[in-house]
Amino acid sequence: MANCKVFFSVIWSNKMSRVGLIILTFFIMLAIFGPIVVEAPKASYGERLELPSMEHWLGTDYAGRDILAQFIVGSRSVLLVAVYTAIFSIIFACSIGILAGFIGGRVDDILSIFMNIVITMPSFPVMMVLSMIIRVDNSLVFGLILSLWSWAGLAKAIRSQILIIKHKDFIEASVVMGISTFNIITKDIIPNIISFIAVNFISIMKGAIISSVGLMVLGLVPFQGNHWGMMLQMAMSQSGLIVGGIGGIIYFMTPLCGLLFFQLGCYLFASGIDEALNPRLR
Amino acid sequence: MVKKLGMCVATMFVSLLLTFFVIEIMPGDPVDTLAQEYVRTQNLIYEVAYQKAKNALNYDPTIPVSERFINYTIGALTGDLGQSMSFKQSVNTIVLGALPWTLLVCTLSLSLAFTIGVLLGIYIAWKRSKPLDTILTIAQSIFGAIPDYIVGYLFIILFAVHLGWFPARGSYSSSVVPAFSVEFILSVLWHCILPVFTVFITTVTGWIISMKAMALSVLGEDYIHYAKARGISQKRILITYVGRNSILPMITSVAISFGFMFGGSPLIENLFVYPGIGYYLGQAINRRDYPLMQGMFLMIIMMVLIAGLVAEFLYAKLNPRLREE
Repeated sequence: MANCKVFFSVIWSNKMSRVGLIILTFFIMLAIFGPIVVEAPKASYGERLELPSMEHWLGTDYAGRDILAQFIVGSRSVLLVAVYTAIFSIIFACSIGILAGFIGGRVDDILSIFMNIVITMPSFPVMMVLSMIIRVDNSLVFGLILSLWSWAGLAKAIRSQILIIKHKDFIEASVVMGISTFNIITKDIIPNIISFIAVNFISIMKGAIISSVGLMVLGLVPFQGNHWGMMLQMAMSQSGLIVGGIGGIIYFMTPLCGLLFFQLGCYLFASGIDEALNPRLR
Repeated sequence: MVKKLGMCVATMFVSLLLTFFVIEIMPGDPVDTLAQEYVRTQNLIYEVAYQKAKNALNYDPTIPVSERFINYTIGALTGDLGQSMSFKQSVNTIVLGALPWTLLVCTLSLSLAFTIGVLLGIYIAWKRSKPLDTILTIAQSIFGAIPDYIVGYLFIILFAVHLGWFPARGSYSSSVVPAFSVEFILSVLWHCILPVFTVFITTVTGWIISMKAMALSVLGEDYIHYAKARGISQKRILITYVGRNSILPMITSVAISFGFMFGGSPLIENLFVYPGIGYYLGQAINRRDYPLMQGMFLMIIMMVLIAGLVAEFLYAKLNPRLREE
C-alpha cells in the first residue's frame, strides 16, 4: 500500500506522466462505465448523416446511428483488445524470456533462435496471414492474434536482464540456500524487472491499437461492434468523407481523436512510469 | 556471418511452415475450388480440371502431410510459386511486377528521411537549440500517435481531393505507356509523391532524434574537445569528427528499417492503390488467393532477411574497429 502511494506520487510529480495518467484514467472510466450509461446505438435510416444537434451531439453516421454513442460504446472493445494483447504478450514474453535466461544452456539456445525468428519476421504481414485462418469474433481472440507476434522483443530484453541479475549475490545466495527455482523467479527476479515490464505493457498496448485498427481498415477482421477501427473504416468507405461535408469529417475525426489521445496518454504515462518504479532513477 | 545465414535459413523455413499451415487448415479444399472454376470457365472434365488445379497450386491433398510439405518447400525454393487464383497469371509474374513499385517507394522515402534526419539531427545537437528541440519533441509525440495510414488518408483528402495537386491512386497515369521515356518517368514520380511523403513525414522525426542522440554522445568525447583546442575549423570537426562517427551506427539501422518498411507496406499501398508487394498481399488475403498470398508473404520475408544481411555486412565493412581483425 505504501509502495502504491509512492508510485502515484512519483507519477504525479512528473508533469508528463501526470497528464498521461489523467488521460488514461479518463479512457478507462469511459470504457468501464460508458457502455453501462449509454446504450448501444441502433440504426435508423430515417435520420442518416445528420449534423450535430441537441439530440445527437456529434450527429449520425450513414446508417443513422449516433456517433457519440458509438464512440463511447466502442471504447470498451478498443481498450479490451489492447489490454488483452498486452497481457498475453507479457505472459509469453516473461515465461520464455525467464526460462531462457534462467535455465541457460541448450534450452536458451533453442529459445533464442525462436525469439530471433519471431523478431525478424515483420509482425503486420504475419497477422494479416493469420487473419485468414482465425475468425476474430471477440476481443479475446483478437488480442490473442495480435499478441502472437508481439512478445519476442520483450522476451529477448527480459532474457538479457535475467542474465545480468542472475549472477548478482542475492540470487546466488538464494540458490545456495536451496530455495526452489519457482520461488527465486517469483520473489527475487520478477520484482527486479517489474518496471521494465510495466513500461512494455504500455508500449505493447500502443502498438496493439495501431495494428488492430490497421487490420480493420484493410477490412481483414470481420469484427462486429463499435470498435473505433470499424468506425474509421466505415467513415473512410461509406460516408463520402472524400467529397467533404462536415458530417463525414466529424464521423472520421471522432474515433481518430480518441485514438490520438489514447496514444498520447500511453506515451506520456510510460515516460514517467520508469522513473516511478525504478528506485535507481529517482 | 555463418550464424547469421543459418538464422536466415531458419526464418525462411518458419515462414514456409506458416504459409503451409495456413493453407492446410483453411476451411474448404482450395484445389477443389479452383477445379470447379476450371470446369466452369474452360469446359474441362472434373478429373482433368482437378489435376490441373493440383499442378497450379502445387498442392496435393491425397498424399500425406509430411510429403506435401516437402513438395511445397521444393516448389517454393525452385521459384515455382504456382498460379494466382484470382489474377489468372503466374505468381512469379505478379511478384516481379510488384517488387519495383515497393522498392521505389521504400528507397525514395528512406533516403529522404535518412538524409534530412541526419542533417537536422547533427544541426540540433551542434547548436543545442532549445526551440528546435521542443518542436522535435512535440512532432515526435504527434507522429508517434497517428498511424501512418491515417496520415496518408489525410494527405489524400487534402492534396488529392481538395487541392487536386497530386493523384490519389495508382503508380502511373493510364494515358502513359510504360516505356523508358521522360513522360513515363515523370508520371511515375508524380504518382509516388504522396506515398513517399507519407512515409517520410512519419519516420523522419525518429531519424532526427536518434541522430541527435548519437551526435550528442560523440560531441562529449575527449577527442572533440582536443580537436577544438587544436584550432581545427568547425566545419571539419562537424563533418569528419562528429559526422563520420555518429553516422556509422545509423547505417545499420537504415538497412534494418528498409526491411521493416516492407513489412509496413500493406497499409500504405492499399490506401494509395499502389500496385506493390503489400497491396497484392492485402488483395490476396481478401480474395482467399493462397498462391498469391504465399508468394507476396515470402517476398516480404526475403526482403527483410536481405536487408538484415546487408546491415550486418555494412557494419563490418564500415566499422574500422571490426576491420582490423
